[in-house]
Amino acid sequence: MRTVEDIPDRARLQRMLASLEARYAWEPGEALVRVLLLLSAAFAVIVTFAIGLVLLGEALVFFGRVSPVDFFTGTVWSPDIPPLAFGVLPLVAGTVIVAGGAALIGLPLGLGAAIFLREYAPQRVREIVKPILEILAGIPTVVFGFFGLLVISPALQDWFGADYFNGMTAILVIGILIVPLVSSLSEDALSAVPADLRDGALALGATRLEATARVVVPGAFSGILASFLLAISRAVGETMVVLIVAGQNIDLELNPFHQLQTMSAFIARRASGDVAAGELAYQALFAVGVALFLMTLALNVLSDRLRARFREVYD
Amino acid sequence: MEWAFAGLFGACIVVAIAVLAILLGSVVVEALPYLTPSVVLNFASHRPETAGYAAAIVGTAWVVGLTLLFSLPLGMAAAIYLEEYAPRTRLTRLLEAGVSNLAGVPSVVFGLLGLALFSRLLGLGFSILAAALTLTVLVFPYVVITTQEAIRAVPRSIREGALAVGATKWQTIRRQVLPAAGPGLLTASILAASRAMGESAPLIVLSSVIFMTFLPLDPMDPFVVLPVQIYGYIGLPQEEFRGVAAAGIVILLAMLLSFNSVAVLARNRMQRRRW
Repeated sequence: MRTVEDIPDRARLQRMLASLEARYAWEPGEALVRVLLLLSAAFAVIVTFAIGLVLLGEALVFFGRVSPVDFFTGTVWSPDIPPLAFGVLPLVAGTVIVAGGAALIGLPLGLGAAIFLREYAPQRVREIVKPILEILAGIPTVVFGFFGLLVISPALQDWFGADYFNGMTAILVIGILIVPLVSSLSEDALSAVPADLRDGALALGATRLEATARVVVPGAFSGILASFLLAISRAVGETMVVLIVAGQNIDLELNPFHQLQTMSAFIARRASGDVAAGELAYQALFAVGVALFLMTLALNVLSDRLRARFREVYD
Repeated sequence: MEWAFAGLFGACIVVAIAVLAILLGSVVVEALPYLTPSVVLNFASHRPETAGYAAAIVGTAWVVGLTLLFSLPLGMAAAIYLEEYAPRTRLTRLLEAGVSNLAGVPSVVFGLLGLALFSRLLGLGFSILAAALTLTVLVFPYVVITTQEAIRAVPRSIREGALAVGATKWQTIRRQVLPAAGPGLLTASILAASRAMGESAPLIVLSSVIFMTFLPLDPMDPFVVLPVQIYGYIGLPQEEFRGVAAAGIVILLAMLLSFNSVAVLARNRMQRRRW
């Protein structure tokens, strides 16, 4: 992003700009106020470090007792039942299947909804639909899990012979769950494309579909991609739905119509039972937590970078 | 062809709305036989006819109340700093990145943090206080981001007018900018409260007992919140408890709806009274 720092003779320019900015008088106590507010803002960074430290602390103890190679490449996950095995791949596979499947459903639906709201819908339709999407976004995830168990799972059992607890229910429910997120972020990205681009295309004789598909959507591409990554990150971290509908199977399972276990659901399930600190199973929780945290952090940072790059193109 | 695609995009909206309708409808239908006063006044029980959510409702009030008490001042202070005081340096960008990264962390991870830091290290055990501190951390980024937007929406003329009559920076903020951002600040608070009410994953990690039979009266007491209690009933094998769980969901949604409506009404009143 080009800022004041990049312009040559920046010192002089900076001084000029600084003298033009509004300046306030400061009373003696105000420096203290400033420091306190700064500390509040730093809270987030402090907390992120705390998460990192806490997770890493226990995880390192874990990796002192279980080899990281076994952890990251092992295909048997059995933290409580002997013979103990700590291969995390079954959990990773479950997470990828559930999040990936949910993305396949939620990303197109969300993008389609955003395109409709932005390019096709009259104002009145927008005024009705947007609050509905916000309601969908505000429903607690327990409710989604219950809905999956009550309605979706029986349907899957009847039509596809799925197990009572299966991963497909989670995929479908989480897919719907992320639609409001994708929709609102994609809509922001689409709105940021300057109107002249769309109007120009229409003036040249493009149909609305052509203008949308060939000018507006590609113009908003980074922003849309950023929203996708954020939604995937959300799906990866989703716990309650999986906890309720997908069962407890901890074997490596690739068929979504059977029971699956994801990283986040495992953590919640195991941590809520009796965990004795100092036990290997307790530390295993944190190792999985580290893996989960890193996964979502990577997705989020990538998404932020994309969004920043996207904004700079049009600002 | 044009219409085909327009219809396709429109169908996406229809699917989302249809799912919402089916979801709400099926939950309400399942809950109807159990929506009696006893489901609100009774404690948990192993008999579906007498099971209730009294402990969970009080627990939710405790946890959400304390969470708001901690997170709103902290988050708003951070937002004020980032919007009004922070120079455009790399440090500031680091702080803002820190906030937005925190918003993306899965909620279970906060549960682990709470377990290791608040429950074990600080010795708070499985108490309301540990839960409230954990939720404070979880809700903090949302308060910051929404408050930032509210402050950003205040017109520059207000700040410059205060400056012109000789106000100091803090005076301007405290007496002009913040009151002007009032409706937005209320929105931020609503959002924080709604999130805190609906969170279950970290609180599952931090509860010691799901079927509580007494009311928590003290921040160090054990607790159960509504979403976790619902989850508990879902997990019970008997068919009838499905109805109890559904009734709990209806209570939870009713609480969220009434909270949001009251706040939106208050915000509209505030907006109308100003200019």
